Amino acid sequence: MNRAAEAGATVAAGVAVLALGVLVWSVFSRGVHALNWSFFTKGPAVFGQTGGGVAPALVGTGLLVAIATAMALPFGVLTAIYVSEFAPRRIAEQIRLWLDVLNGFPSIVIGVFVFALAVKTNVPVFGWGHHQSAIAGGFALAVIMLPLVARATMEVLTLVPNQLREASYALGVSKWQTVLRVVLPTAFGGILTGTTLAIARAAGETAPLLFTCSLAGQLIDTNITHSMTSIPLTIFQYSEAPDPALHEQAWALAFVLIAFVLVASVAARVLLDRSRKKLGLQR
Amino acid sequence: MEAASVPTPAGLRRTRRFGDRVGDGLLYGLTAAASLIAVLIVAAIIWRVGEGAWPAMRTFGLGFIWHNEFNPVTSKFGARDLIIGTLVTSFGAILLAAPLSIAIGLFLSELAPPAIRGPVGTLIEMLSAVPSVVIGLWGILVLAPFDAQHVQPFLSSFLGWIPIFAHGQDKIESTIFTAIVVLTIMIIPITSSICRELFIGVPDELEEGSIALGATRWEMVKSVVVPSVRGGVVAAIILGLGRALGEAIAVSMVIGNFTPLKLSIFEPGDTLAGRIANQYQGAVSNLHVASLIYLAFILLVITFIANVLAQRVVKRFEFQRAGGA
Repeated sequence: MNRAAEAGATVAAGVAVLALGVLVWSVFSRGVHALNWSFFTKGPAVFGQTGGGVAPALVGTGLLVAIATAMALPFGVLTAIYVSEFAPRRIAEQIRLWLDVLNGFPSIVIGVFVFALAVKTNVPVFGWGHHQSAIAGGFALAVIMLPLVARATMEVLTLVPNQLREASYALGVSKWQTVLRVVLPTAFGGILTGTTLAIARAAGETAPLLFTCSLAGQLIDTNITHSMTSIPLTIFQYSEAPDPALHEQAWALAFVLIAFVLVASVAARVLLDRSRKKLGLQR
Repeated sequence: MEAASVPTPAGLRRTRRFGDRVGDGLLYGLTAAASLIAVLIVAAIIWRVGEGAWPAMRTFGLGFIWHNEFNPVTSKFGARDLIIGTLVTSFGAILLAAPLSIAIGLFLSELAPPAIRGPVGTLIEMLSAVPSVVIGLWGILVLAPFDAQHVQPFLSSFLGWIPIFAHGQDKIESTIFTAIVVLTIMIIPITSSICRELFIGVPDELEEGSIALGATRWEMVKSVVVPSVRGGVVAAIILGLGRALGEAIAVSMVIGNFTPLKLSIFEPGDTLAGRIANQYQGAVSNLHVASLIYLAFILLVITFIANVLAQRVVKRFEFQRAGGA
């Protein structure tokens, strides 16, 4: 029985690791071929021609993620500060609960929400409303990033030793100065880690962009009140196209996306280790 | 935080700088407002989705849930087969992923030599960040043809006498089965890395104690390791289930987007999220849009229930741990 169970667990683990390995390997082996200079710098080929690239999608994803981070980071960090430094315990618990609920919402529902809020609405304000735009898409991604950033920040704020806060108060420093000059700098590495992971997640999301920021032209567009294409959406559209050349580009884009996501999570890991060490030394 | 509640001597209070009082108030106000907005977003999502679905709710009522036709041409909409499709694909994926994830967790925490524990564990954790659209791309171009050529005929040659594994003459690429496999691959990294952390967290004394009492490794796992983190494992599985229920892109790429549902899982089907992703842009009438949002509302309710369930399990588990230790 013992032998059988051990063998079973090993085989199951092997099968699963193999499946994941096959997935990553097929993306890497197929994607690498289509990578060249014009892939990164040119727009899609005109109908009937070969070649072409995906520059608009790369620029689009960069802009969307920047917008989303600009919205989600301050709100996430401020929410975390409130929960761990100010809020009474019961309110803190409630906020945590609702952030978890928000994190559990399917991303397509968030897409529908932003569509109803920003795209269908009749009053255009600052280029917001009545049509798809990078702002709307970025907002949808921000809603996905918010609970991730907030929860990660909360966790690292609770790791900041209380002695640091007490030492600061004992020197007569006020609460806001303590939070901004002692607590936040100590927790900085952890916040950066959480944000990096959230960015990696947002960069790969397709569903929220489907109705909020998907109709786009063939050129690089940096006007954020316009709709623009993005890496995941392009993969989605190319994968259903009949043209094998587009499949190849989809693989190459998937390669770029996976590489970005993996690099981001390795970076996050390194940052986390460093900040843990820093906190450990100060304790 | 404790120190803040220590009473300030009266003499000091008056000398506190004006700037500090403003700063404290300002920071408190800012952070409280941000928290309020974060919570309000949840409310806004529920409200907006409910409002968008209202025309369809008024027209079809609750009957929407058990009516099957989803036809933009005749403006008759119902969600039955989509709900069934969602549940079948998600629970099918969980049925495959749960034992595999627990096995991976056990392998990486108890069996594997230390040299491969770390790297493989890290690798699996990083794979949970692979975007669903990439898994969908692989699913549609690699997995689906492979399934149609090899896996599905093979499985149905054994199990074909059971209607749900029946296989027609054609080799169909986009099937419910392929969607189940894609979802399984999507959730395994999430659930297995949580399981691994849970198993690692079991105190060594407990494990060593049972080994010292003469238990084999399997008996130790069965009677000590798994029971002591049961709640966490269940919560991890429900978390994976929530992910599977709401996945739109990867599923809509491989499932074939077809209703009415057939009995066999080797036929095309569709899910709530997949249907929304597929038809939203081409929606022909206001009622069609509202019906799609109604689907989103149903999905919201299902995932909400799954979430709350997971949290209650975790709470009970923590309570048991605190009380039982």
